[in-house]
Amino acid sequence: MDTFLGLDYQTWWFLVVGGLFSGYAVLDGFDFGAGAWHLFFREETSRRIAINAVGPVWDGNEVWLVIGGGALFAGFPIMYATLFSSLYIPFIVFLVFIIFRAVAIEFRSKEKMAWWRKTWDICYSISNIMLAFLLGVVLGNVLQGIEIGENYEYQGNGLLEFINPYSVLTGLSVLFLLMTHGAIYLLLKTEGGLYEKLTYLVKRSIIAFVVIFTLTTLYTLIFIPHLSAKIRTNPMLYIVPLTAFLSIANIPRLASKKKYLRAFLFSSLTICLMLILVAIELYPNLLLSSLDSKHNIDIYNAASSQKSLKIMLTMVIIGAPLVLTYTIFVYNTFKGKVKLDEHSY
Amino acid sequence: MEVEILSRIQFAFTIAFHYIYPPLSIGIGLMMVIFESIYIKTRKKEYENLARFWTKIFAVTFGLGVATGIVMEFEFGTNWATYSRFVGDVFGSALAAEGIFAFALESGFLGVLLFGWNRVKPWVHLVSTIGVFLGSMFSAIWIVVANSWQQTPAGYHIVGEGFNARAEITDFWAMVFNPSSVDRITHVWLGALLSGAFLVLSVHAYYILKNRHVDISKKAFKITLIVATVFSLAQLFTGHQSADGVSKNQPAKLAAFEGHYTVKAPADMYIMGIVNNKEQKVTGLKIPGGLSFLLEYDFTAPVTGLNAFPEEDRPGQVNAVFQFYHLMVMIGMTLIALTLFASFLWWRGKLFDKRWLLVVFVFATLLPQIANQVGWFAAEMGRQPWVVYGMLRTSDALSASVKANQVLFSLILFTAIYLLLFILFVYLIDKKIKHGPFDETVSNDRPLQNDISNVVTEI
Repeated sequence: MDTFLGLDYQTWWFLVVGGLFSGYAVLDGFDFGAGAWHLFFREETSRRIAINAVGPVWDGNEVWLVIGGGALFAGFPIMYATLFSSLYIPFIVFLVFIIFRAVAIEFRSKEKMAWWRKTWDICYSISNIMLAFLLGVVLGNVLQGIEIGENYEYQGNGLLEFINPYSVLTGLSVLFLLMTHGAIYLLLKTEGGLYEKLTYLVKRSIIAFVVIFTLTTLYTLIFIPHLSAKIRTNPMLYIVPLTAFLSIANIPRLASKKKYLRAFLFSSLTICLMLILVAIELYPNLLLSSLDSKHNIDIYNAASSQKSLKIMLTMVIIGAPLVLTYTIFVYNTFKGKVKLDEHSY
Repeated sequence: MEVEILSRIQFAFTIAFHYIYPPLSIGIGLMMVIFESIYIKTRKKEYENLARFWTKIFAVTFGLGVATGIVMEFEFGTNWATYSRFVGDVFGSALAAEGIFAFALESGFLGVLLFGWNRVKPWVHLVSTIGVFLGSMFSAIWIVVANSWQQTPAGYHIVGEGFNARAEITDFWAMVFNPSSVDRITHVWLGALLSGAFLVLSVHAYYILKNRHVDISKKAFKITLIVATVFSLAQLFTGHQSADGVSKNQPAKLAAFEGHYTVKAPADMYIMGIVNNKEQKVTGLKIPGGLSFLLEYDFTAPVTGLNAFPEEDRPGQVNAVFQFYHLMVMIGMTLIALTLFASFLWWRGKLFDKRWLLVVFVFATLLPQIANQVGWFAAEMGRQPWVVYGMLRTSDALSASVKANQVLFSLILFTAIYLLLFILFVYLIDKKIKHGPFDETVSNDRPLQNDISNVVTEI
């Protein structure tokens, strides 16, 4: 098997996909999180500022989903096919809400009637809550394993099996984590009354996250032992959950000091560490079969050919610096607090 | 209903709806680049107003393109799992290239394009506009390469058997430049540029008729008319190239285009007609031997007919393919006639004298849209029963684990939400058009740019 810097191509692509998913979770994560709070803001101006805080970037952030999904399809087509066809309903509902959210952003600002704006505010908020929750639900199902049988085909009935105690717990964990993340993003982008309100809300959401995440962790340790097997056998790896714990603890500490830029870095880091933890425990598996471990999908049986992976890795090496350069340029252009002008939503 | 037909309806519906928007974004993108470049060159405020106005319309088409595009990507996995496993290795590199080189470029600069007018220098803004435009052109390349590979596979070999069979890439450049790529990319590009140009023509013709923004609209109309005329003519050429390629690489499809059944015989070219698939007969207006002449420059050259292929290996809906293809060709000819006639009037100095012509241009925006849609229908239905030509049948490409009730559920949801999206699109475009390109509030809100123009005048 070909290797690059001591790692095989499959592992490299696993890292690329992981990196893209982390990028997506951090970026669209704050969009979802900020939007989930929407109905908590009472005043029209606050709601407009909150929408405009994500206005210039949400479209671009969604492109990370397109690219991340494309990378999974490209590198691990078998995983892509099985994952999407077995979780058909949640993925379709996710699509519907992601479109609905875009519709709400666009429609809301176009008429001044109170009922009009209120209707779209509700749609916007519910869409964001559902999107964050569904991301967690999909993650929970992947972690827990699904009924994969012969030929990597899903054997379940495909209707409501995706809703189960564990996926609800992971769904809520992701929702509260992203709401914390989104509130901190809004704190960076707002001032005045909305800012004051958010300083209060962010504390509540951290508490909610810690409570639900503790429950999820307990459930994982008791009912899904395979998800902590690697860490138990390799004490060196304790450093990851430990760092994650410190990172979470740092968020309220920095928030109470009103150092929101740093708090935002730590909420981003927390999201990444959670995904790193997931990646460590799954690797080299991608999707576990709850029927028989011989049907597990891993990075070797799901991967594209060596040749294909090599071409794609070359593209990433050429393309990544370019993408990074203009992403920084764009965020630099729009840094600072939101001011409403005639281009605003 | 069965999964196959439901999945096909859903895919056809979602892709047709998606395909309204990216071509418009590409086409409007070019016009924004042109208007903004003229502004930078001449420093005339009216061109900046034009560029800003079209950027607002672009924002709508781009947003809808992204939202409906994510659906397409997901559907490969949700509804066409076997297809995804089969083509993943080959498609992978094309998709990766699209993501890294096209989407990231487009969406990265989009923020600056839409919201950066007052934040960056004019030339930086122009660079962003060009970045977004090029990004949209690149993404067309990669997605058409992937589709062309399905039509004319190259640079691959088949590994495994039965359920586990899949195509693996052996030569990246042979895959990218497969026999139909170049013809189809240029054809698709021009179709997209025309759809944008005709929207610009339509809106400015409407303003001239309504006696609003007349000066600026006349200028915009003339500039866009040049673009539309050149591309309409060029489209005839790429269309011919494409048909020529189809005759070599997918003879069954070409035979379906013209309803040509006889195995080896001179083939006619129909202006219009109706195919009776049972009796293998076409009734209509034709140029005898026309297809033979088009392909071989000889009215008696034999052309492979549908009967050269076993029944199960040729398109089932011959009449539909025939009609879609002919509608596309007819629209293409209409666009050439319309733009040449308008250019002629312009040369005689009478372009805006004929009200009826402006009325025609207002509605002509639908023509390239329809041509794009039916052209794709002909291309995709003409490839049937294959999803990958000669290798994977559409009926074998489905997700084995997905059931009819699931697809029915998603189809109903998509229909509802796309209806909402379409209302949104019409509503937003209508509102922006009624608002028009002039906006007093933007007259003096670009301090950076004012500084620069002061410097220029001082020099």
